[in-house]
Amino acid sequence: MSQVLLSLNGLTKAYPGVVANDDISFKIGVGEVHALLGENGAGKSTLVKMIYGLVKPDSGTMELRGQSYAPGEPRAARADGIAMVFQHFSLFDALNVAENIALGMENPPPMRDLAARIREVSETYGLPLDPFRTVGDLSAGERQRVEIIRCLLQDPKLLIMDEPTSVLTPQEVQILFKTLEKLRGEGTSILYISHKLEEIRTLCDTATILRLGKVVGTCTPRETTARDMAELMVGSALKTPERAGRALGEVALDISGLSAPSPSAFGTALKNVHLTVQQGEIVGIGGVAGNGQEELLGVLSGEILTEAGAVKLLGEPIGRMGPAARRALGLLTAPEERLGHAAAPDMSLTENALLTGAVRENLVSNGFLKWGAAREFAERIIEAFDVRTPGPENAARSLSGGNLQKFVIGREVLQGPKVLVVNQPTWGVDAAAAAAIRQALLDLAAEGTAVVCISQDLDELMEIADRFAALNEGRLSTPRSTTGLTVEEIGLMMGGAHGMEVAHV
Amino acid sequence: MDLSAINPVLLIASLMVAATPLLLAAIGELVVEKAGVLNLGVEGMMIVGAISGFAIAVETGSPWLGFLAAAVGGAALSLLFVVLTQVALANQVASGLALTLFGLGLSSLMGQSYVGVKPPRMAELHIPGLSDMPVLGPILFSHDPVLYLGVAIIAAVWAVLKFTRVGLILRAVGENHDAAHALGYKVVRIRIAAIAFGGACAGLGGAYISLIRVPQWTEGMTAGVGWIALALVVFASWKPWRVLLGAYLFGGVTVVQLNLQAAGVAIPVEYLAMSPYLVTILVLVILSADKSSAPAALGRIFHASH
Repeated sequence: MSQVLLSLNGLTKAYPGVVANDDISFKIGVGEVHALLGENGAGKSTLVKMIYGLVKPDSGTMELRGQSYAPGEPRAARADGIAMVFQHFSLFDALNVAENIALGMENPPPMRDLAARIREVSETYGLPLDPFRTVGDLSAGERQRVEIIRCLLQDPKLLIMDEPTSVLTPQEVQILFKTLEKLRGEGTSILYISHKLEEIRTLCDTATILRLGKVVGTCTPRETTARDMAELMVGSALKTPERAGRALGEVALDISGLSAPSPSAFGTALKNVHLTVQQGEIVGIGGVAGNGQEELLGVLSGEILTEAGAVKLLGEPIGRMGPAARRALGLLTAPEERLGHAAAPDMSLTENALLTGAVRENLVSNGFLKWGAAREFAERIIEAFDVRTPGPENAARSLSGGNLQKFVIGREVLQGPKVLVVNQPTWGVDAAAAAAIRQALLDLAAEGTAVVCISQDLDELMEIADRFAALNEGRLSTPRSTTGLTVEEIGLMMGGAHGMEVAHV
Repeated sequence: MDLSAINPVLLIASLMVAATPLLLAAIGELVVEKAGVLNLGVEGMMIVGAISGFAIAVETGSPWLGFLAAAVGGAALSLLFVVLTQVALANQVASGLALTLFGLGLSSLMGQSYVGVKPPRMAELHIPGLSDMPVLGPILFSHDPVLYLGVAIIAAVWAVLKFTRVGLILRAVGENHDAAHALGYKVVRIRIAAIAFGGACAGLGGAYISLIRVPQWTEGMTAGVGWIALALVVFASWKPWRVLLGAYLFGGVTVVQLNLQAAGVAIPVEYLAMSPYLVTILVLVILSADKSSAPAALGRIFHASH
């Protein structure tokens, strides 16, 4: 590290009941790609919000190029050459690319000049973009380009990137990395937040690892194994899920020639999907979000009805049946959105357990609820899946994301499904809980259940699935065995770079 | 029945007068909704504007001061909505309904001593040459100044939303308040300004009824125009010029049906009286069938969570 750009000294920020950042200190050099590594809830976002001026530290100081630095608001941070690419919530769908970029600038030039500059910068960095397209119509990779260009137009000294690759295909990740390499070459520092260890090992010069708001280690990622970093991050030896050899039974779920329109305006229609899943098998379905995942879950759960024969459960056509009828037959689902889809946020865990477990767990008699049995079922889930909550009378909303996810998955697993469909089972869940959920899915398959796991986490799918298929614009690729499948092959199954031009830098 | 008694020139001229209260209220609400806030209190703010404007005009003898007071009155009532929805984070639908009920009650109280009083008249514009032209003169150039102000506000809102940075920021706040906040824009402050502007416009619209269109004070004299304004904004797809079109259509049908009533057409009065509401909504529903362009954050409560 030649010169220090930004140094953090003892930054502390506490919220009621939790210390989000506790005495954090590290330095970022000029032209350095610095990784900030940690679990969800380790305090990464609070820390970058402080650097970007969205949150004020309780104590501690920052120095930028040797000068004291205490931004009162993002505007001040941007004026000092700090730019941030957000993971969520920072683009306006109904506005066009140029308008979105203008909103992130202090003194934007007139639209026509701005459009010209967007074209120029986007081509210099190998990220071609049309300034007048509406952002709502862009793919995830293109949206990210908008954010990056918004930052680059301000000639930043430090670029903060919050989990930039979580929505990209492997090919799109390659394009992004080339751009970042070029920026580093020009002397821009990058603070790169991620929990994808292999990426950090390829790209970053230094890594600072956070756990529960504290710095627990610093390392040079190229010289450290992913496993060591993961253990620093989690704080304990990581338990890898075990895959027992499984005997496959007869075909449990048979989807053939399934086409279905999407219920939402910005959704993706499913086009001629074929898939069979055998008893005891786990099929992993990958793909960039928004390529039909929600719709696929919908047609399997019964929220979207199709032709009767398009979906068969153990040979029986169920395409016209609603969710309750399918549950009774043994097809259970756990959707992606925890609050509002998988669980009713303001209802207690007991009530939520009742909502999907009523039929199979026999929690209703003659239209009357069996509260005792429902409560016992909820307690069983809490016990078996180590859900951290004072008790089943607490509202679903009061649980942390990971705990609620364990509850939602556990609720379906304990009902002994014949076929279980899960969407993003470990999204936003810490590594230990994620490992527990994956283990539960593997155990379930070992008992003969057919499992369909829709996920954007390719590592997860490679870890648990027997076969892998990808959704791309509502079409499902032919499933292939996960043994021996390479990242390039997976990327191509996911639609390659989605027609985005490769970076020429 | 004597249809020949209807003078087309006067009809068009009075159509513009009939449309102006609706136009003012709707363009104000359009700005509020573009900022992502749904204020159902338009009717309440209009009627409070109507009585504030009426009272001040009568007391001071100046219709101009009356209109100013109406704008201030409407905006003041909208600040109550601000306190409820932007500070206390209450539900916008319920708060808006409460605002309308409160405004109707408050206006009756304020107006008790003004029933039957005649307000001072606002002089109509007279431009030598232009106003004397046949046909066009009476239609376009012989109205009161507030009518032109209404059209000017439409043009100004359109231009500001389309061409200026302030307009872009306002649209951004209405589209995605979390993103706007993350970029460092003051979401709540921008929304308060938009709500107050909406209140002022509604107040002007109300005073236009009590000072120019009718002109006198009766309880509940806005007669649902505030509700039509709300519907108009939606069916105009949040586009200012369509608001103008819809308002003139409403004004037109209102004036025609009044003329038909006067001419003694053999259609029951009730049907004639409901026709402006039906026709306006029907036409705008057909117009807005192409696509809905509602601000994405409309009606959602913003809470800066850090």
